[in-house]
Amino acid sequence: MKFPNPHDFKTIPGTEGWERMYPYQYQFVTDDPERQEYEEKAFWFYDGLHYPEAIYPFDTIWDEAWYLGLSQYNNRIFQVPPVRGVDHRIINGYIYISPVPVMDPAEIGSRVPNFMERAGFYYKNWNELEAKWEVKMKALIKQIEDLPISRLPDLEDISVVTEGLGESKGYHLIKTYDDLINMGIQCWQYHFEFLNLGYAAYVFFLDFVQKLFPSAPLQRVTQMVAGIDVIMYRSDDELKKLAKKAIELGVDQAVTANKEWVDILAAMKALPKGEEWLTALEVARYPWFHVSTGTGWSHADKSWNDDLNIPMSGIATYIDHLKKGLEIERPMEKVRAERDRIIEEYRSLINTEEERKTFDDLLNTAKTVFPYVENHLFYVEHWFHTVFWKKMREVSAIMVEHKMINDVEDIWYMRRDEIKQALWDMVTAWATGVKPRGITVWPKEIDWRKGVMQKFQEWSPPPAIGTAPEVIQEPFTIVLWGVTNSSISDWAEVTESADPDSITTLKGFAGSPGIVEGKARVCRTADDIRQLQDGEILVAPTTSPSWAPAFAKIKAAITDVGGVMSHAAIVCREYGLPAVVGTGHGTKIIKTGMMLHVDGSSGVITIQR
Amino acid sequence: MNTVTSIERVNNPRSGRMSTLSPVTGLPLVCWLEECRKESVDLVGGKCSSLGELINAGVRVPPGFALTTEGYRRFMADAGIEREVQSLLVGLDAQDMDALENTSSAIRTLIETQSFSTEIEDLVAESYRKLSVRSCVPAVQVAVRSSATAEDLPGASFAGQQDTYLWVRGTNEVLYNMRRCISSLYTGRAIAYRINQGYGDELVAISVGVQKMANSFTAGVMFTLHPTNGDRSVIVIDSNYGFGESVVSGEVTPDNFVVNKITLDIIERTISQKDIYYTVDTKTQESRKIEVPFERQKVQSLVDDEITELAWMGKQIEKHYGRPMDIEWAVDKDLPFGGNIFILQARPETVWSQKQQTVAKAGVSAMDYILSSMLEGKRMK
Repeated sequence: MKFPNPHDFKTIPGTEGWERMYPYQYQFVTDDPERQEYEEKAFWFYDGLHYPEAIYPFDTIWDEAWYLGLSQYNNRIFQVPPVRGVDHRIINGYIYISPVPVMDPAEIGSRVPNFMERAGFYYKNWNELEAKWEVKMKALIKQIEDLPISRLPDLEDISVVTEGLGESKGYHLIKTYDDLINMGIQCWQYHFEFLNLGYAAYVFFLDFVQKLFPSAPLQRVTQMVAGIDVIMYRSDDELKKLAKKAIELGVDQAVTANKEWVDILAAMKALPKGEEWLTALEVARYPWFHVSTGTGWSHADKSWNDDLNIPMSGIATYIDHLKKGLEIERPMEKVRAERDRIIEEYRSLINTEEERKTFDDLLNTAKTVFPYVENHLFYVEHWFHTVFWKKMREVSAIMVEHKMINDVEDIWYMRRDEIKQALWDMVTAWATGVKPRGITVWPKEIDWRKGVMQKFQEWSPPPAIGTAPEVIQEPFTIVLWGVTNSSISDWAEVTESADPDSITTLKGFAGSPGIVEGKARVCRTADDIRQLQDGEILVAPTTSPSWAPAFAKIKAAITDVGGVMSHAAIVCREYGLPAVVGTGHGTKIIKTGMMLHVDGSSGVITIQR
Repeated sequence: MNTVTSIERVNNPRSGRMSTLSPVTGLPLVCWLEECRKESVDLVGGKCSSLGELINAGVRVPPGFALTTEGYRRFMADAGIEREVQSLLVGLDAQDMDALENTSSAIRTLIETQSFSTEIEDLVAESYRKLSVRSCVPAVQVAVRSSATAEDLPGASFAGQQDTYLWVRGTNEVLYNMRRCISSLYTGRAIAYRINQGYGDELVAISVGVQKMANSFTAGVMFTLHPTNGDRSVIVIDSNYGFGESVVSGEVTPDNFVVNKITLDIIERTISQKDIYYTVDTKTQESRKIEVPFERQKVQSLVDDEITELAWMGKQIEKHYGRPMDIEWAVDKDLPFGGNIFILQARPETVWSQKQQTVAKAGVSAMDYILSSMLEGKRMK
């Protein structure tokens, strides 16, 4: 399989100098022969799972955070024997990642005892450690929620004097910014504490079952751990509760007759029982509406709390279904019964007692790790990130006030270290009573960067570059990004196809079984799901928990990125809808309105042109 | 077993009395396949008893009836040719091929030219009529097959039980071909075999099955495990248009479907170019190889619903026998979907079932498995 050489990419005209928007170590280089050779021999794949679009300079914070987090746990904390960390690069604003193997067999061997001791400890004490994790995580979230971000006053408050505080708001702003960033990084330290091991347990359970039954579809094996309660569904459940409550109180019209939140609010306030419903809404909002409408990785991913129109449209859908007498609860009993049947039938086909013993042990481990693998997303990517983006916007508003930048949303065009520099510039100028240098530097630079980002967004990143490896040992690479031999060759096939308009067949992972035909609706963001019609087939870059209401309307889901453990696949399995995930190019090739045949059992989509 | 009502109270010409069943043994002379079980080998031979077993397992098998071994004995007795047959065999030299063939030919002609008694004729005619009614045609085309009591006769393969006459239509034709099946007990090889083994002819018995021909639109084979890797979680189906002959003989690359045994979804499908198929030549009433029309060559030869139903049947058959099975099947073109898929034969799978396969590293703890798998990695090929 041929993929482009990482050093052959031409700079897009008009973006010359784009490299300065990102950390320098993210560049593919030609001035260091050793590094260049390493880069060419490595296999880099586009991380479209986390970055469906070109990444903004500020947003590289999470990329660096997981670059560190994943790699340190793999390599320095648990010492996964055959793999170090996952390396990162950037091309035209798109992140490429590459698992780094340990080549020397002797070194791999010397890592084994450490891994057995350390990882063994975590597996053995999983539940207690996970309980501790939840406490740490909630404390950190409380800390960031409480973090005050104050404007710079013309004259400090008298209390600074009378209480002998000895610190200014200028210093506080710089410190608070540092705290904010540090908490973000800390949060990502926690994020990876269990994740590698969780995925490993999960991956190798799947692997064992597929060794026993080489033709068992991955989705069927993942069904063996379906139906476990995870908080991923909680936000969606809150919408359902609010829908029921609205009907109970007789205020459902206020939600269904209005499209905009402001109108819904006004209508509610005019109703005698409206206040009661609004109170229930407030209770549900914190923290359950802290769900991002995207992956949570981008500043542009608004949460339900940022845009109440989205959850309101979800509630309206559920009210509508309830009024039609439709069932809105996920069929959990059915899912569990089916799970148990599948486990029992596969188990009965196992040939030997020894195999059955390993099967049982691996299944139990997979069930133990499963809740974390899902739940961490809510705490980190949704709840924490939602608060984090809000705090950053508060910092940005102060910079706008001091004319360092023109708009609150301009801050994302700056790297986080550049923001720190700019805050120093701004604060020292404020203290001194002079004009900061940044006022003439940043707005101009940001204008240019906006042009660059525009060009980046129009560019299509190839799914992979470099040299495809013979063996992949990194658990994430397999489960999360669905990187396997066949997916790589499927990607290569579409990449090589001359005319995307002539493609009639797309392959992805069989995410959730079933076959349906229907009309496509391409939704790039959660905002777009408001346009979804009942019975359409959702085509999205990827989905997240806040997309949940969409699944009540659709017939099937198709995503560009993700493996059988991705959100869309899991939710579809629970709802009994077919899903094909990790198609690589679904949203580029499929257009809204196209008739599709989706086979979630084989992972094949046919476009009826 | 149910009472075989059709043979109750028939006139026994020899005794002049009315009798139920056989006056000597109380066994039926003719019975329906669904009345047979795997324990019925003595009465209806191996082939018919296994078809009966399948029917009773809830599997759809082309309907039919059998002349029982009791019926066979009655035929021989009624015709009064037992003595004559014996006398022809006296002093026969098993090494003398010419003598064997001459004797065989004489005996077979003797048997084939006898008539069945009115009693048996009536029973067969009535069964054939009912079979035609069940098949929704005036006179159904049937396969007439000998079904030997193989378990009682080691080396049964020489006993002539392979005789099969296809596309037989009409009572007289059925009766004639039943006698041909009976006479196959006296092929030269079968006679020689019995002489060499010292089996007396009184031990020999045969049953004859009469079964509706599956007029197959599509047919093929099905394994209840993966023939290439022994995976027991799948059912693998090979299919082509026409009779299963083209698939069994390997003359075409059939369509191939892999179905998940647990959930019955089709997880793999390979549609091949199928250039020939077998169908019946209505003039000669023999199956004949012909070319598949070009526009159908690359078309899936089974529809998805049929694949699912077939796999479901395979699963039931495996469950019934408690082991992986190798199955021949057909989709009948005369019947509507929902009742058109038939199982023609089912036998235990032998290749993988005899291997004791174990996944390397089985029996280890989860932690050890995770470690060893990590060390191995995922091969990208």
